[in-house]
Amino acid sequence: MSTTPENISGTTIHEAELETSFKDNLARRRVEAAIFKAVILLATFFAMAILATLVWRISAQGWAWLNWNFMTSFPSRVAARAGILSALVGSATIILLTVVFAVMLGVGAAIYLEELSPKNKLSQFIELNISNLSGVPSLVYGMLGLAVFVRLLGFGRSIMAAACTLAMMILPIIIISSREALRTVPPSIRLAALALGATKWQTTWHHVIPAASPGILTGIILAVSRAMGEAAPLIMVGGVTYIAFLPNSLFDSFTTLPIQIFNWAGRPQEEFQAIAAAAIIVLVALVLVTNGVAILIRARLENRNRW
Amino acid sequence: MSTTTAIANSDMSAITRTGDARLKIRWHELAVVRWLQICAWISVATTIAIVAILVLESSAFFAVVPVWNFLTGTNWSPLIDPRSFGVLPLITGTLVVSLGASLIAVPIGLGSAIYLAEYASPTTRRFIKPTIELLAGIPSVVFGYFAVTTVTPFLQAIFPSTEVFNAASAAIVLGFMVLPMITSLCDDAIRAAPRTLREGGFALAATKAEVSIGILIPASMSAIMASFILGFSRAIGETMAVALAAGSTPNMSLNPLISMQTMTGYIVQVAMGDVPHGTIEYQSIFAVAAALFVMTLILNLLSQFIVRRFARQWE
Repeated sequence: MSTTPENISGTTIHEAELETSFKDNLARRRVEAAIFKAVILLATFFAMAILATLVWRISAQGWAWLNWNFMTSFPSRVAARAGILSALVGSATIILLTVVFAVMLGVGAAIYLEELSPKNKLSQFIELNISNLSGVPSLVYGMLGLAVFVRLLGFGRSIMAAACTLAMMILPIIIISSREALRTVPPSIRLAALALGATKWQTTWHHVIPAASPGILTGIILAVSRAMGEAAPLIMVGGVTYIAFLPNSLFDSFTTLPIQIFNWAGRPQEEFQAIAAAAIIVLVALVLVTNGVAILIRARLENRNRW
Repeated sequence: MSTTTAIANSDMSAITRTGDARLKIRWHELAVVRWLQICAWISVATTIAIVAILVLESSAFFAVVPVWNFLTGTNWSPLIDPRSFGVLPLITGTLVVSLGASLIAVPIGLGSAIYLAEYASPTTRRFIKPTIELLAGIPSVVFGYFAVTTVTPFLQAIFPSTEVFNAASAAIVLGFMVLPMITSLCDDAIRAAPRTLREGGFALAATKAEVSIGILIPASMSAIMASFILGFSRAIGETMAVALAAGSTPNMSLNPLISMQTMTGYIVQVAMGDVPHGTIEYQSIFAVAAALFVMTLILNLLSQFIVRRFARQWE
C-alpha cells in the first residue's frame, strides 16, 4: 500500500467502482442463473409430462374397450367383436423362443469375450463389431431375417423365423450388458478361486457368473422388453394381421401385439383406433411391468454387492 | 503328453494345466469354451450376413436401375407406372423427420441432463431417472399411435393446413423417443467430470449456471456431441412411429406439414403389401435398406470416433 494521499483516494474510487459494478453484475448473474435453472427444470418436467400425456390419452381412448372378451377373441372385421387372443399368444411364443436363443448365444459370447478369450486384435475386432451391430436399425435385422431365416433356411413366414430374427436383434444388447455385469465382479474373486486350484472355467462358472447374475438378468429383461414392443423386423419376416387360429407348430404363421396395433391404428375408422388404444394398454402394461422388474432388480443390486 | 502340450500351446492353455499327473484335461471344459467361442463369432457372422444380403439383393436392383440414377433421381414412384427409382425424396423425408426430432430432443435432453447431473437432489434423481427410462421403454408403434391421434390434431389446431399424415407429427414423437437416450448419455458425461472442475469454478465466484454452461458442458463436449449423433442415427432408423405418422407419399419438400415417406416407411409399405420375391419392387427395398445401413453406420462410427479422439481422461 502506498502512503501518498493521492494514491489512496485514487485506489478507493477505483475499488468502489469495481465493487458497485460487481454487485450490479452479480444481481444480473443471479437472475440469469435462476432463469437457467427454471429452463432446465422445465425441460426435465417436459420429459415426464410426455409420459403422463401418453398414458392419459391412451387410457382415455382405450379403457372402455378393455374387457375379458377383448383378451380372448380373435381379430375381426367388426371392431366390436375383435380381440387380441392370437396376437397375445403369438407375442408370448415368439418372446419365449427369442429369450432362449438370445440368452444362450448372448451370455455365452459375453462370458467368452470377458473371461476366457485372449486379449488380442481378434477379440478387439469382435468387440468393435458388436458395438456397431447394436447401432444397426431394427428394420435391417428384419431384412436379414427375411433373406436368411425365411428363405435360405426355409423357415417360411413363421414363428420360428420371427424368433430367430428378434434374437439376432437383441443379441448385441445382451452381450454388451452381460459384459458390463461381468466386469463389475472384482478380480479378487477370480484370483481367490484360481489360488485354490480351480480351473479357469470352474472359477467362471462357480464364482464369476453367480456374482454377475443380477446384472446379467437386468440386461436380459431390458432386452426382452425391447423385443416385446418391436414390430418392424417382424413385419419384414411376414407377420400377418389377421390370424383366427392359435399356432400348432413353430412353423405356423404369426401375428404379434405390436403388429396388430400397427394395423388397427392405421385404419381410418374410429372404433379401430379405440381398440388399438386398448391393445396398447395391454402391450404397455406388459412392457412397463418387465421394465419395472429390471429397475427393481437393479435397485436391489445397488444396495447389495458392495465389493 | 503330446496332446497336453499341443493344447497348452493353443489358446486353451488357460484352462488346462500341464506337468501334474493328478490333473486330467477336462474335455467338457474344452467343449464349453469352444461353444462360447462360437457364440462370440456368431455376432461377426451376423454382420457378414447383413452386408452380404444387402449387397447381393441390391446388386440385382442396380443391374436394372443405374446407381447414379438411384442416388440422384428426384422422383420415387416404384409401384405405379411410369416407374422411377430416384431415392432423394425418401432421403429428404428421412432427414426432415430426423432433424426435426433432433430439434426437440437435443435442447430438452441436454437441459434435463444438466438438471439431473448438477441440480437434482439424490431423492429427486431416484424418482426422475427411472421415469425417463420408462419413456425409453415405450414401444415405437405406441408413439406412432400417439402421433396420429394426439399430436396431429394438436398441430391441425395451430396450423390448419396440416395434412392427416405429416412429417411434423412424426418428427415430434421421434424427438420424444430419442430424448431419453440423449438425456442419459449426457447425464453420464456431465457426471463424469471431476469435482475439481466445479470447485475451481465456484472458487472464481461463478454461479452454478455459469459453472454448468461455461465449464461442465465444454468439458464433456465430445460425449455430448456423440450422443447427439447417436440420437440422430437412431431417428433415421426408426420405423413404426414414422410409418404410421408420416404417411406414404414420397415428397421432396421441406414443408413438415405435408405427408412424406421416409426410407424405413417405404420398406414397411412394401413388406406389408406382400410383394413377390425376385421382382424389382422386392429388390428395391434392399437397395433402400443398403442406403439406410450405410447412413447409420457412418453416423455410428463418427460418434465412436468423436468419443475416442476427443474424450478427455479425467484422472
